[in-house]
Amino acid sequence: MSAHGVTALSIDEFTRILRESAGEDEAVDLSGDIADVLFTDLGYDSLALLEVAGRITRDYGVALPDEDLDGAETPRAFVDLVNSALSGS
Amino acid sequence: MTATATRPVITGMGAAAPTGLGVAVHWSAIAEGVNGIAEITRFDASGYPVRLAGEVPGFEATEHVPSRLLPQTDHMTRLALYAADEALKDSGLDLAAMAPYEAGVSSASSMGGFEFGQRELQNLWSKGGQFVSAYQSFAWFYAVNTGQISIRHGLKGPSSAVVTDQAGGLDAIGHARRQIRKGTKAMLAGGVDGALCPLGLAGQLASGRLSTEDRPDRAYLPFDEAASGHVPGEGGAYVVLEDPVCAAERGARVYGQLAGYAATFDPDPSAPEADGLERAIRAALTDADRRPGDIAVVFADAAGVREADRAEAAALAAVFGNRGVQVAVPKAQTGRLYAGGAALDLVSALLALRDGIVPPTAHVTSVAADCPVDLVTGDARPLTGDAALVLARGEGGFNAAAVVTRTD
Repeated sequence: MSAHGVTALSIDEFTRILRESAGEDEAVDLSGDIADVLFTDLGYDSLALLEVAGRITRDYGVALPDEDLDGAETPRAFVDLVNSALSGS
Repeated sequence: MTATATRPVITGMGAAAPTGLGVAVHWSAIAEGVNGIAEITRFDASGYPVRLAGEVPGFEATEHVPSRLLPQTDHMTRLALYAADEALKDSGLDLAAMAPYEAGVSSASSMGGFEFGQRELQNLWSKGGQFVSAYQSFAWFYAVNTGQISIRHGLKGPSSAVVTDQAGGLDAIGHARRQIRKGTKAMLAGGVDGALCPLGLAGQLASGRLSTEDRPDRAYLPFDEAASGHVPGEGGAYVVLEDPVCAAERGARVYGQLAGYAATFDPDPSAPEADGLERAIRAALTDADRRPGDIAVVFADAAGVREADRAEAAALAAVFGNRGVQVAVPKAQTGRLYAGGAALDLVSALLALRDGIVPPTAHVTSVAADCPVDLVTGDARPLTGDAALVLARGEGGFNAAAVVTRTD
């Protein structure tokens, strides 16, 4: 249980945060099934993910070390990383 | 002509100005005397000694800037993206058909993204470092417009940012000429600036050169005996400069030529030979291989501060004689746009040459007796000749002069 009482981040919620924090590439439809699409193919660079990580850290009260983020190359991998940090595992 | 003496041509122009979005809207607003100076709306300025500014009207960022760029850009960068986009489209350049390093970007900046930076500073001290946007790393930075434009349009050629206050709009264009002479085929060059936020206004107030007059038609009166400083504005312009041979080969429409450019630096202001602007004018004329009599109109720097107006009038009189050349100040309708101002003036100068008119300077009613300039006021005057001189001075001693010529 995080300090904010949230136990899990969904792909949909992550997508909303992604859109708000870093915008949406015109050539990409974030409302489709993007869970396993590479961030680079979705038009996001490392700085965009850093912005998203900062937002999640603030909203969910969870620490996301930069070195862990490096391996998260898709929305699903990123969400899994957040959720495992939230569950304290 | 050797490569070292190549005179680039201007084949595209884009503007975002208090007189309107886009070159055509700006130019017709200048001709019609529309005043772009009004009460500040971008923030509550009621508690500030300066409450007027030249804001770009009707700019909806979501209509002009891609979604990915919205969270990472300051307002002035969004305006720069607009102007750069317009200039490139106007030029008809097919960037996709060019090799990646054949075109670059040269921008002027005086402050950077102050509004973005202020918001993130507020986040830092009111909430903590975790609340600062990762985009702050570059969104505030002087070079950010060059970077964003370069990335958006894939302009990988030599790119840079110059920081010489208001002289920057010409210095960026002068630097673009250098790159073309070294072999770059096309350069997007100019400046878009603006810091109409509390932090930006506080910084500008410190100069002591801002007018505290509240009437929009009396606040910025360059060369007038009632001059009381300037009104800050936002916006500016970009132009596409091309090697003339490349432009001719692709049948480009040509607005004119950058025939001459020079920059000088003032000595200690207390020195009697503080003649930096006059030296810049003479050097630009020599560079253009022109005589003073060839210049049909001067687009003046027009500080709107009595002492600085006198100094500019004296420099003009030294070169052209008392009231020896027509002078235009479209800035009177926009306020001073810092690094954007002279780039916009260069656009206006090319349009004045194209249309054969000198636009009247708005609001000025009583040119000071100690400013012997032939300032065109009231009605537009016909322009006869093919050359215009654009002047710009930056705080701290920067001077720049550019000669543009019609090439038909």
